[in-house]
Amino acid sequence: MTDPGPVLRVLRVEDPGMFMTIQDLGRPGRRAAGVPPGGGLDRFALSAANLLVGNPEGAACLECALSGPTLLARRSCLVAITGADFAATLNGRSMPSWTSVFVSEGDRLAFGGRRWGGRIYIAVSGGLAADRWLGSASTYVLVGKGGVHGRPLKAGDELTVAGPALHPGVAGRELPEPLRPPYSTEPELSAIEGPHVRLLLPASRRAMFGQRWTVSRDADRMGYRLEGTPLAIKATELVSFGLAMGCVQVPPSGEPILLMADHQTAGGYPVVAGVARCDLPLAAQLLPGEHLRFRLETVEAAQVEWRRLRAGLDTLKR
Amino acid sequence: MPAQRSVRIAPLGDAALLVELGQRVDTALNTRALALAAALGKRRDVREAVPGYASVAVHYDPEQVTYRGLAGVISKLAGAKPPPGPPGRLHRIPVTYDGPDLRATASQLGLSVDDVIRLHSGPTYRCFAIGFAPGWAYLGPLPEALRLPRRRVPRTHVPPGSVAMAELLTGIYPLPTPGGWHLIGRTAVRMFLPQSDPPSLLRTGDRVKFFAT
Repeated sequence: MTDPGPVLRVLRVEDPGMFMTIQDLGRPGRRAAGVPPGGGLDRFALSAANLLVGNPEGAACLECALSGPTLLARRSCLVAITGADFAATLNGRSMPSWTSVFVSEGDRLAFGGRRWGGRIYIAVSGGLAADRWLGSASTYVLVGKGGVHGRPLKAGDELTVAGPALHPGVAGRELPEPLRPPYSTEPELSAIEGPHVRLLLPASRRAMFGQRWTVSRDADRMGYRLEGTPLAIKATELVSFGLAMGCVQVPPSGEPILLMADHQTAGGYPVVAGVARCDLPLAAQLLPGEHLRFRLETVEAAQVEWRRLRAGLDTLKR
Repeated sequence: MPAQRSVRIAPLGDAALLVELGQRVDTALNTRALALAAALGKRRDVREAVPGYASVAVHYDPEQVTYRGLAGVISKLAGAKPPPGPPGRLHRIPVTYDGPDLRATASQLGLSVDDVIRLHSGPTYRCFAIGFAPGWAYLGPLPEALRLPRRRVPRTHVPPGSVAMAELLTGIYPLPTPGGWHLIGRTAVRMFLPQSDPPSLLRTGDRVKFFAT
């Protein structure tokens, strides 16, 4: 990354952890050109991190999968860490999550190890400066766009701040646990029956919503392949149609795929369910080897649940 | 009206839905899907309407419209005969027919290499949908004599610009991706245009004519 000069530097990456990228709320509106929405997998946690430090909720911040980074503060700022719990520390002392914390120049942010969950979000007041593509700073590795040259961050990267914070931030602000998604290491995801659920044989329809699924090793920002008793489906492939994040498609193997933010925009595998927006953050925190179940929900009830969750987030706007 | 009866609407989660007009690769169905996507895309309560071969994926704002309300509007719109749209833009794309699968494909089809080239560059294809990867266009229908199932073992890396075919479709790889289609040639024309918005050379409804160089 080219040196931006000393004024705007905010964080130096000393160790990027397993997979750290810059993300925001994504680039919707280009699906017809084959561009997925992208953005943070756990959009609730990303929004909360930003609101806690006084940013607009869609400002660019860090998404760290599997393990946390080591970051050196190059200037004083407010920081909030949300999502999973990777045992955050500030200068070696435990640091609270879901809380805005004042960080001084020279402070070191590090992580002791994963306690639960798959992804954390780190926001700084003012938001991170990043390459923008089609209206979003989200890193999309497949095409090398967004973030820092479209790639995961690496040691030595100097991250800069996008601008002054929207609101003067306050340290010690917290989003209390009851207002966060009901994260769980084995969540039950509300899902609405999809367009092709009728193609499942009756036993498989029960199995889809009854059995415990395991997230396979094929799990990334595009989607998670799930392992369990394979589903039997009548038609193997349809003419391609548009997809959405949260769709559960069933390829001929019978092992469903849960689509995440960088999903293919179109496909021909039958879609048997769609995970409700309110429970996508729970799915975003899962890692290979962890389990989930699907629970049937109606569109209307899922939308009510989303509004309830959303109202909790909105308390941070006051 | 039979067309109206065959329309299926179902949720894709709680903020999107899928309208299916049929299950065939068919120009008339694709034209209806495009017209419906264009009409829905103008609505304030619709964030994006994405046409497929014979369907429209509609991403809507549940704070402005209910699922049932929007589904009702769509079933009325979808049954109507669309006004004749303008013909899709025509792209003439030069192809060097020297792909790694060209000879094997010809022998599998019982054709000469020249036959494959002549048949593939004969028709004017329609772009039925965009997806799989940014800028990937599903073009078809391929002449009957060229139809083959996909490769049994997909390649892990296909270079961009590869001209490929499988089943009743043909296409051009926009990016280095894995791929299971038969590679019969290559072109210097780029399908993925990162500096443009939208970043795809082709749009659904466009027409493509290949010519051998």
